[in-house]
Formats: sequence, C-alpha cells, structure tokens
Amino acid sequence: MSFPALLPSALRRLVALAGALACAALLPLAAQAADEPSPDTEQWTGVRQYLFADRPIADNMGDVVELDAPFRAEDAAVVPIGLKAKVDQTPGRYIRKLWLLVDKNPTPIAASFELTPESGRADIETRIRLEEYTWVRVVAETSDGQLHMARKFVRAAGGCSAPAGKDMEAALARLGKVKFKLEGEVQQGKPTLAQVMVSHPNNSGMQMDQVTRLFVPPHYIRHVEVAYAGKVIMSADVDFSISENPNFRFYFTPQAGSGELTAKVVDSKDLTFSSTLSLGKTGT
Amino acid sequence: MPLALAAALLLTAATPAPDAVSEVAPGVFVHLGQVAEAARDNAGDTSNWAFVVGERCVAVIDAGGSEATGRALAAAVRARTALPVCALVITHGHPDHLLGLPALAAALAPQRQIAAERLPAAVAARRGTYQALAQRQLELAAPPVIAVPGETVNGEAAIDLGGRRLVLRAWKTAHTDHDLTVFDEASRTLFAGDLLFVGHLPVLDGSLGGWLAQAPALRALGAARTVPGHGPVSSAAGWDAQTAYLAGLRDAVRAALGRHQTLQQAVAGIDAPAGWAMTELYHRRNVTAAYSELEWED
Ligand SMILES: [Zn+2]
Repeated sequence: MSFPALLPSALRRLVALAGALACAALLPLAAQAADEPSPDTEQWTGVRQYLFADRPIADNMGDVVELDAPFRAEDAAVVPIGLKAKVDQTPGRYIRKLWLLVDKNPTPIAASFELTPESGRADIETRIRLEEYTWVRVVAETSDGQLHMARKFVRAAGGCSAPAGKDMEAALARLGKVKFKLEGEVQQGKPTLAQVMVSHPNNSGMQMDQVTRLFVPPHYIRHVEVAYAGKVIMSADVDFSISENPNFRFYFTPQAGSGELTAKVVDSKDLTFSSTLSLGKTGT
Repeated sequence: MPLALAAALLLTAATPAPDAVSEVAPGVFVHLGQVAEAARDNAGDTSNWAFVVGERCVAVIDAGGSEATGRALAAAVRARTALPVCALVITHGHPDHLLGLPALAAALAPQRQIAAERLPAAVAARRGTYQALAQRQLELAAPPVIAVPGETVNGEAAIDLGGRRLVLRAWKTAHTDHDLTVFDEASRTLFAGDLLFVGHLPVLDGSLGGWLAQAPALRALGAARTVPGHGPVSSAAGWDAQTAYLAGLRDAVRAALGRHQTLQQAVAGIDAPAGWAMTELYHRRNVTAAYSELEWED
C-alpha cells in the first residue's frame, strides 16, 4: 500500500506548481485546493446510466486502476492521459475493458479499449482535448465483471491554448500515416511498451465560424485495432476528444521466434490505414 | 541576453498609457503593449500595435486584445493624422492581436482589412475558446465579438500609402499556421507580429521546425528595426535570442524522445532557460507542442 502514502507529497508539489503560475485565467490561488467541484456531475450521471446502468462501481480505490492526468493542462489541445492498471493481466483475472470519460467534453465518452491477457499490461497512454475544466475518469472492467473507477479534476490552461490543431494543412498532408515505435527492450515473455501513432487531424466538425459560416468538416479516427502474432491485443473505439495525430502507448508480450505487430485504423469517412512492424527474432 | 534585457523590459513595460505611441521612424508609430497575460487591470493591452502614415493614407497593423485597445488605437491614429485609413492588417489570429478589430473598424472605417489566407479557418476553429477566454480574463459581461478581415493574402502583396509602399508577406507555419509580416520600404521597418518575441518567451502554436527554418529569411530581410508582437523594438539581435531558445527547445525535446521519455516526462524534465518573461505560463506548453511535432521526425 505504498500508493496512498505517495499522495500527500504529490499533492503538495501540484499545489506549489499552481501557486507559481501567474495565470489570470485561474481562480484565486488560495481557492486552488478547494475549487474541485463535486464529482457527481450531471454528465457523469447520464454516462453512468448509459454505459453501466445499475451495476456497482468501486470509486477511486486505487487498487485496480489509476488515472494519470495533469493537475493543469498546459495545452488544451494535447493533454496527456495515462490509464494505469494496478493488477496483472493473468488468464484468471484481467482487465478486459477500459473507458476514458471526460465529463465536460461535447462527447463525454472519449474512448473505450478492449484488452486481453496477451496484452501483458492493461496500461494505455494517450492525449486528449479538453473544452473546459473537467473531471476525467477511467472505468475498468475486470474479467470477473467488476467495475472500478479512478478520476481526476483537470484544469484547462489559459493563454491562447485552444483544442484545435496547430497546423491543419500539415495534418492533412500526412493524413493516414501510421507509425509504430518500440519504447523498451523487446524481451520474450515480458510485457513490452510500444506506441502506435496515426497522422490525422481528428477534427470534431463542431466548430463553425459565425461570420464566415465556414465549417471545419468532421473527420476523425473511430477505431484502432492492434494485433500481435495474429491475435488482437488492443481494440479501441475513439472519437474527436482524442488529440490531433492520435497516439496510443500500450503493452504487448513478445513470444519466441518472430512476430508482427499490426495496426488497423478506420476513420469517420471509412478510410482505412494500416501499418506492420516486424520484430524479427526476439531476445531470449 | 537575457537578464539585462529582461530588466530593461520591466522598466519600459511599466504601464504605458493605452494610446501611447512612439515615432520610431518618420511616419512609423508603435505602441508597446504590456508583457503580461490579458486581464481586467490591463484591459487586454498586452500586444504591440502600430500604424504607418503615407502621403495619401494610413495603414494600421494589428488591433490589440480588446475593444478598449481598438478604441485607444483609433484615438492614437486620429491624434496624429486626419488621413483616411486605407488598410488594417492583422498579423495573425491570436486574440491579443485581433479582438480590437470591431472597435477599430467602427472608429476608423478602414478601406481594406487584410490577413493571411489561413487566418479565417484558424479563427473559426478556435472562436468559442477565444471568446470564453477573453470573457474570463477581461471579466466582461458578455463574450466579445470576434471579426476577421475579409481580404486575404497568400504569398506577397503590396499596399501603396502614397509615396510609401508596404510589402505584406504570408509565411509558412511558424508561430501559427497563418503568420503575416509587414515591411515598410521607406523606413526599412519590419512588423513581425508574433514571428518575433523580444523578452517575452516565444509561444509556439504552429510549427517549431517551420519557425526555425524561416528565421534566417526573416532576419535576412535586412530591416533597420523590427517591431515584435511582444516586447520592445529590436535590432537583429532579437532574432538571435529567439532562435537560441527555439533551437534549445528542439534539441532538448529530441533528446527526450531519444531516451523514450513520455510527453509528461519531457514536460517535467525540460527547464526553461533564464532571462525570459512569461516562462511559467508558456514554457511547458511549448515543450508539449514541440514534443507532439518532433515525435513524427525520422
Ligand atoms: Zn500570437
């Protein structure tokens, strides 16, 4: 139980950080610690009913899943979020689904991820857009059907930070490029961190200019599927809450001999993009 | 640079009158906004604006960050000249340069309003965010009206003020994806918009690679003086200080990516260099933007 012991120092660090920020957009500093609103939001009530009906959810216990999110988003267009498993992926009990929920975004269900024992670890990192100060949640469903939630209140940044992408033309020019990166040493039988990146504007299509009547047409990634050695290890349904150039870090467990990581990505116009990474001989 | 320059900045930035201008060259009038985040006590006067007076008419460059700055700008123009305003040029669509436009346009009735080609789309995608931000920061009763110029430039265009020519040039993605500069040939004054920050930490909302790639061309325009978007009027040294920061940011983020650091780790581990104002607000954001751009390299 070292996790709860860590909290006070982490909290102190965050409060100190907030104190150092001379941002006029923030509330008075003394109110920082106290300005966390009730987590029982109207949006959560609706989403909870829609996704989970009356099933019980263990809230913020920290023993199955944790949420890694910044106290304050530096850039509202690119907010790093980590969904962290506290349990191993064993065939007997594993996390089979993770939902990433953002109360105040136009579509609060940002993503859902399906995982298997072959995933190795049910850890996912991605980046999201935030429309305003909001609760961000992860709900994990274990293979025994139990639900567990972790949540954090995230403040959006001041400045000119906006959820829109920075270079619309560059994003379109590179549209559909899919790239894998291995983030650690490939060791047979051990969960190994990898990353799949998709070049895509991931536009919401919800912004319209009142003067020019120009629409940014909706165009976003809706499905990402990663397989290793022919077996799906992560399958994600996502939407435009995910940042421009969607990016997912995940684990897989390399096996003896060669193996291939493959990604299949489908967007809202039913365009399909894919990529393959051949691992060759894995280490022994 | 930086400590001496930052100290000088603090002195010069001590709350200038909202309509104060200095004539930095014959017919070239510049207002230096405060190096600060927009707030009620500065009424959005947090960016530089300028106007250039020719024999026949006047061009105004940027509009400041509020209705108040738009009105102050119009008063400053009318205190100097009765000539008509033939053009209002907006260097880019960030709210601290744009929000004064409606008040300015109402007071001065510019014949043309000009920006870079991609400005309308960029502002369209951010309008709601900018309105909410301005309302909160300036403590307004209602969200401000945001208007954009109706005429756009791709590449180069010239404006004749009567015996005086201004050259407008749209750039590839750098500070934003729609940066526009104005060069006054008569005085060789460059109005760089936010392609140049002096003393105020550069803010990356476009492309780090694009900004670094185009900095030599901007510096090589051979301006006698450059009016930045934020901070005092500068010599070529301003470009060098800015490039040192941006190149340092690029190198530090590349190194973090090489070590397989996550975005969070890079943001936590890359410190801001000394000598710049506004680092608390913008450096970590710059690291975030640089990381999400540079991870696509190789
Ligand atoms: Zn700007």
